Amino acid sequence: MTLRLVAAVLVAACVVSAIGVVHARHEHRQLYVDMTRLERARDELNIEFGRLQLEQATWAESNRVDQVARTRLGMKFPAANEIVVVRP
Amino acid sequence: MRFVKTSGGSAKKPRSRAQFSLRNRLMIVGGALAVCASILVVRAVDLQLVDNAFYQQKADARFLREVPIATSRGMITDRNGEPLAVSSPVESLWADPRELADNPAAIARLAAATGLPNDYLARYISQRKDKEFMYIPRHRRINPAVAQKVLALGIPGVSSQREFRRFYPQGEAVSHVLGFTNVDDRGQEGIELAFDDWLSGKPGTQKVIRDRHGRIVEHVDLVRPAEPGKDLVLSIDRRIQFLAYRELKRALLETGAGSGSIVILDVASGEVLAMANLPSYNNNNVSGSGRDAYRNRAVTDLIEPGSTMKPLTVAAALEAGVIAPNSRFDTSPGWIPNGKYRTSDFKNYGVLDTTGIITKSSNVGVSKIVKLLPNQEFYDFLRRFGYGSSTGSGFPGEAAGLFPAPAAWSGTTKQTMSYGYGLSATPLQIARAYAALGNGGRAMTPTFVKGGQSGEGTQVLDAKVADEIVHMMQTVTEPGGTATRAAILGYHVAGKTGTARKSSGGGYSRRYVAFFAGLVPVERPRFAMSVVINDPDPSRGGSTYGGGFVSAPVFARVMEGALRLMDVPPDDIETWLAAQAKEEARRAREAGPSRPVVAAAAGAAQPAGARR
Repeated sequence: MTLRLVAAVLVAACVVSAIGVVHARHEHRQLYVDMTRLERARDELNIEFGRLQLEQATWAESNRVDQVARTRLGMKFPAANEIVVVRP
Repeated sequence: MRFVKTSGGSAKKPRSRAQFSLRNRLMIVGGALAVCASILVVRAVDLQLVDNAFYQQKADARFLREVPIATSRGMITDRNGEPLAVSSPVESLWADPRELADNPAAIARLAAATGLPNDYLARYISQRKDKEFMYIPRHRRINPAVAQKVLALGIPGVSSQREFRRFYPQGEAVSHVLGFTNVDDRGQEGIELAFDDWLSGKPGTQKVIRDRHGRIVEHVDLVRPAEPGKDLVLSIDRRIQFLAYRELKRALLETGAGSGSIVILDVASGEVLAMANLPSYNNNNVSGSGRDAYRNRAVTDLIEPGSTMKPLTVAAALEAGVIAPNSRFDTSPGWIPNGKYRTSDFKNYGVLDTTGIITKSSNVGVSKIVKLLPNQEFYDFLRRFGYGSSTGSGFPGEAAGLFPAPAAWSGTTKQTMSYGYGLSATPLQIARAYAALGNGGRAMTPTFVKGGQSGEGTQVLDAKVADEIVHMMQTVTEPGGTATRAAILGYHVAGKTGTARKSSGGGYSRRYVAFFAGLVPVERPRFAMSVVINDPDPSRGGSTYGGGFVSAPVFARVMEGALRLMDVPPDDIETWLAAQAKEEARRAREAGPSRPVVAAAAGAAQPAGARR
């Protein structure tokens, strides 16, 4: 009688653990899919950031800044006589 | 008897039949079957549990694939965090030729979408029809938007993969320092090569399930996460770099020179603030041709340092105690024998003191000084200043320079070396030696990385002597010196010009290298800079080809900007105030007698004033 009870318990435990394994496996896949999606989102953002940095650097390229300052904004470098030296 | 026997035999038959046992036979058959079955079971257990790896692998290979995860290369920034090299994703189109080969309609659509000639593409595919993978020609590393457009057509067998491409927003101004990468994103030149391991990431791997068409059905597992490359902060200052590049370009145009280099070092730390070379190239678009322009001349090219050597010769003699700052030397008649040759000055300078020899750049003077020095001592001194050995900057392809040991010297060598011939160095070595003079005699290892080598440096010269030499070099840029064009308003500049004839075919040709190496400001020097302009056209700029004419103005213009950019306080306010007072007096004079002059002046300043 007790032997039968033990067997029944063991069978039940076996079934439960099998379902547990399946569940864990499913969970793992689900989480992995989530993780890949989030990682992809992160990468996309990083890449977007890199692209924006690149764009900013291209706009801020020294030669271009120099040209714009001189031609469009009419700026020039102050000559010595246009600088006022304040004695400390 | 025989009969009996026979009958006896026949009599036995029923007996043996009687002995036949069905049970035994069944046992044997059953036993054999049981053995077979247990062998099968054992084998099954063996395959399932013990030796399962092989078939598991075979099974997985049918649908599981390990695919790489692309990773980006680290960014290179300048010392203020401005990006100099950035990796940006691009798409590479690829196709499975097996699927396309027998599908002319798909090839035609692909040809139309990619703009490739149809027959060329068909031939290209049929040549590879037993392969699984091919890049679509001329569609590697293309704009993702273009790749998406092709993919959207859904041509069978065509896919794309993400790769990273390097972009250099500063273009050719920094190209020699940065170098470039190849199509596989590995560094090929410059910093990209020197720090390749640091910059390149480790691509990861993931397991995926793929269907027959190679489409990914499911992501199963992450084998190894991708490690992106690490960023690198260089010691280069983008603004100073650009300034140096621009002024070098201007100087080359004005003097018709063939090539040139500029190196700017931070005196205290040995950091390279700028390193520009011409001719340059665009490292965003590296082609096979023009390899000559890829060379970072500032570290690879050896040149005879000419007169920039003289302050070092004088420093060696001062340190050895064979001369004093106020020693006097008679340089008349303007030449001195050197073996069977002559060492001559530009003209007869008569009696000069030690400072005067540097001010006037007298070959005769340094020849007389070096005569007082023992060979080995002179050699050791220059060795300590880094001549003849690599600076240790770690830049790929750095040259060590040529500096023969005293054993190999002939009778004339020492005297020749005292004014910079008979040995050769790179522009970086010259800048480093001058930085050591400005750093109280402490030589630092040049580095391209911000805060790179935090070494203490090595004391190569007594601090007091170094200070004396710097003040002697200050006279070079003051009235009466050889490089008044290197003067910067508001700052004391120490420097030395150099003009070296280029050696060719065993002799010296009529072509020249114009140098200027200097330190600024004289009180507590911040920057050391060497300017090398190779082969200026003597016919432009009159009769002058000298460093004082060609290279010194470049020094002044670049340093003026660098001092302002780095907020270095002027150490010579008096000259500045004097210039200002003079200007105010001129204005007051002009404003006094006639008003129209002022109106004219205002008119001239119209472009600037109109926007105010």
